[in-house]
Amino acid sequence: MEFIYYFGEVFTPLSFMLLLGGTIGGLILGATPGLSPTMAVALLIPFTFQLEAAQGLILLGAAYTSTVAGGAVSAILLKIPGAPANIATTLDGHTMAKQGQGARALQLSFLASAVGGIFGVLLLIFLTPVLAQWALAFGPSHLFWLAILGVTVIGTLDSASVVKGLLSGCIGLWLATIGFDDIMGAQRFIFHPALGGGINIIAALIGLFAIPQVLTMFAKGRHNTGAEVIEVQRHSIMAAFKELFSRTRALSIGTLTGSIIGLIPGVGGQIAGLVAYDQTKKFSAEKDKFGTGHSEGVIAAESANNAMVGPSLVPLLTLSIPGSPTAAVLLGGLLIHGIFPGSDLFDNHPDVAWTFINSMLIGQVLMCIFGLYVAGLAARVAQVPQSVMAAIVLALSVFGAYSVQGSMGDVYVMACLGIGMFFLERFGFSAAPLVLGLILGPIAEANFIQGGMIADATVGKASYFMTGGLNLFLIAVVLASIAYSVWMELRSRRYTTKEEAQA
Amino acid sequence: MKRLIAGAAMALAGLTGAAMAEEYPERPLMMMVSYGAGGATDFQARIVTMTAGNEDALGMPIAIINKPGAGGRVGWNWFATQADPDGYTLAAYNVPHFIAQSIKGGVEYSADSFEPIANWGADPAVFVVGADSEFNSMEDVVAFAKENPGKLTVSGAGLFVGHHIAALQIDKAAGTKMAYIPTKGGGAAAMKAVIAGEVMGGINNLSDAFRAQEAGNVKILGVADLERNAFLPDVPTMMEQGLDVDNSSVNFRGVMVPKGTPPEVIEKLAATVPEMFANSRVAKKMEAGGSPMHIMTRDEVIEMWAQRQQTLNELLAGL
Repeated sequence: MEFIYYFGEVFTPLSFMLLLGGTIGGLILGATPGLSPTMAVALLIPFTFQLEAAQGLILLGAAYTSTVAGGAVSAILLKIPGAPANIATTLDGHTMAKQGQGARALQLSFLASAVGGIFGVLLLIFLTPVLAQWALAFGPSHLFWLAILGVTVIGTLDSASVVKGLLSGCIGLWLATIGFDDIMGAQRFIFHPALGGGINIIAALIGLFAIPQVLTMFAKGRHNTGAEVIEVQRHSIMAAFKELFSRTRALSIGTLTGSIIGLIPGVGGQIAGLVAYDQTKKFSAEKDKFGTGHSEGVIAAESANNAMVGPSLVPLLTLSIPGSPTAAVLLGGLLIHGIFPGSDLFDNHPDVAWTFINSMLIGQVLMCIFGLYVAGLAARVAQVPQSVMAAIVLALSVFGAYSVQGSMGDVYVMACLGIGMFFLERFGFSAAPLVLGLILGPIAEANFIQGGMIADATVGKASYFMTGGLNLFLIAVVLASIAYSVWMELRSRRYTTKEEAQA
Repeated sequence: MKRLIAGAAMALAGLTGAAMAEEYPERPLMMMVSYGAGGATDFQARIVTMTAGNEDALGMPIAIINKPGAGGRVGWNWFATQADPDGYTLAAYNVPHFIAQSIKGGVEYSADSFEPIANWGADPAVFVVGADSEFNSMEDVVAFAKENPGKLTVSGAGLFVGHHIAALQIDKAAGTKMAYIPTKGGGAAAMKAVIAGEVMGGINNLSDAFRAQEAGNVKILGVADLERNAFLPDVPTMMEQGLDVDNSSVNFRGVMVPKGTPPEVIEKLAATVPEMFANSRVAKKMEAGGSPMHIMTRDEVIEMWAQRQQTLNELLAGL
């Protein structure tokens, strides 16, 4: 309960101003395509040089929480996921926005973010020592099985047919092999210097999601502009509250999945949203509505990606190991003030540690308030005529892809993948499984090679990957997930053949 | 007449050259870091360049841009092939990384593609084991490795980086064969593997290992450098423990420019930049962050690069 003593620190005038500034700035940065939470926090580090340690961290903590939530804005309104965390949000969120329910989608996403985020920070406050052990429990073999578990999701995610889902997943896995292999140093499929570093995930996201819709808008031509101006429905915040708490299943699955996965170093943040989305879909009574603008999808994805924020800092704060790229940037922010995370932080600088954690708690609430305030205004974006919208999204996509590393190479990658995806979509393939393959491929591969090297030096591959409680548990979940997909596929096939026979 | 024109042209060229050196820099500079934002190199680059705008330094700020990927190869490839040699584009170097990469091939640069300006830091590699490990000295480690060839798992940040080179040198000096496990995700992932007990030992940056030891997670058994480090006065060097390991694996960080940058610009930078690094504010921030400083002038860096090139050629020849 130590953290309560330090709440006062957060509410001193300067600290609170920083908290407000960090939150609002974070929302704007998060909503800008291409500026991931990691980049946003890195951009703010130089500002903390002049501040006290605790105040600097307030700014960084607030920015981290609100950029993650802010990513939902461009994901919902423009179908540009700002970071891998927001991929799942686009699936239902953007469809809702196109139906004129952008305000509802945004309100739900900010409320779900706040609920998930507060739960995650509370976990960080109360269970840090326990969670630290959990984060360490995942070795290469476990991460490998976890990535394979993610691969089993590919077939069922946002796809009309399992086969097409798997095919686009394979394309993603192939794209992931491009570039220098970090472990062995081998060069694979590098036909152009721009590909030396591999496919940048954020540039790929922008290309795969935003470009096909830009092309579709252009393809429609001018003649029917105005014909489909969308009526943007107003939506009251109270109604959003009620809806959120009537969707407790989506909310709790999202929050729990996000918290648990967020904890695992190196994997968490990227796939939390997608895994939560898929799990919610599997447990939902209205499976068929997912992908057609169903609110459960938005709630699950957004509660998961903000729930991950708190636990993702556990390895950093307790063990001094940054578990995610954003945590690595925050480590820099601590070091610059001469504070070492670990026991030193909580024993000798409790004021800094707890003020930082408290600021993330208050930051969640502030983020939600501002988010709800802008939701109604921002949703009007959907009224912009399509031809104008296409130009705006295209400009933002180029800007976003360029700003990731200041490189035109990423823009070319974005454009190529986008054009390719446009044609793939014509044949019923969708982008989400492809992206999942792109994210999971390197995780599975690196951990398999690394685990294999350790295994060869010690107990042998079979017993390294196949024995031990956690390995067996994960293998069981993988098998269950595959069995479930097969069963669903068979069942739906039986129904369709029956219907076809009757027709 | 022809001679007159040529003379005038030469005089003019001389004038502009001198004028350029005097006025340089007249706009902000850019420094490319080939690792991601928040990494140790990026973090230190931001600290050592923060006083660049002062009147006694360059008088113009230096902006950091990150071009991460493939262990630094993406950034250095870009710097060697596309950066303008106009003196406004600088880059951070990491030795031995880029030299080792150029020896192994597949990149478009070598030590000859760049002109060093000055060195700011030296982060030696250290040998770490988990806090509850049975190893208490390098002697224990070598004894185990000799009894169990190929069974001692040791993590490090990747292939052909300082950590890997230190592992190769230890093997060579002790006549052992350790199982070096390169991790994806840099030093942090390698350190996690040691703390979680996935591997029996690890080679990591002194600065990161120092923090992990402060947090009570690891023991540091040896420093791969010529002298003990000020951060760890009680930890003996490899040489003190009877292993012939020199400072080839020390991660030197500094500033360089592309080949072809005007000599007067290089001269001006080589004179000012070490002074800029020596600023007391910089030193204070670097020490607070646990980052060991080691300022070297252009001439010293040129010599150091040449030495590394030779040692690494020999060490990597058999791989």
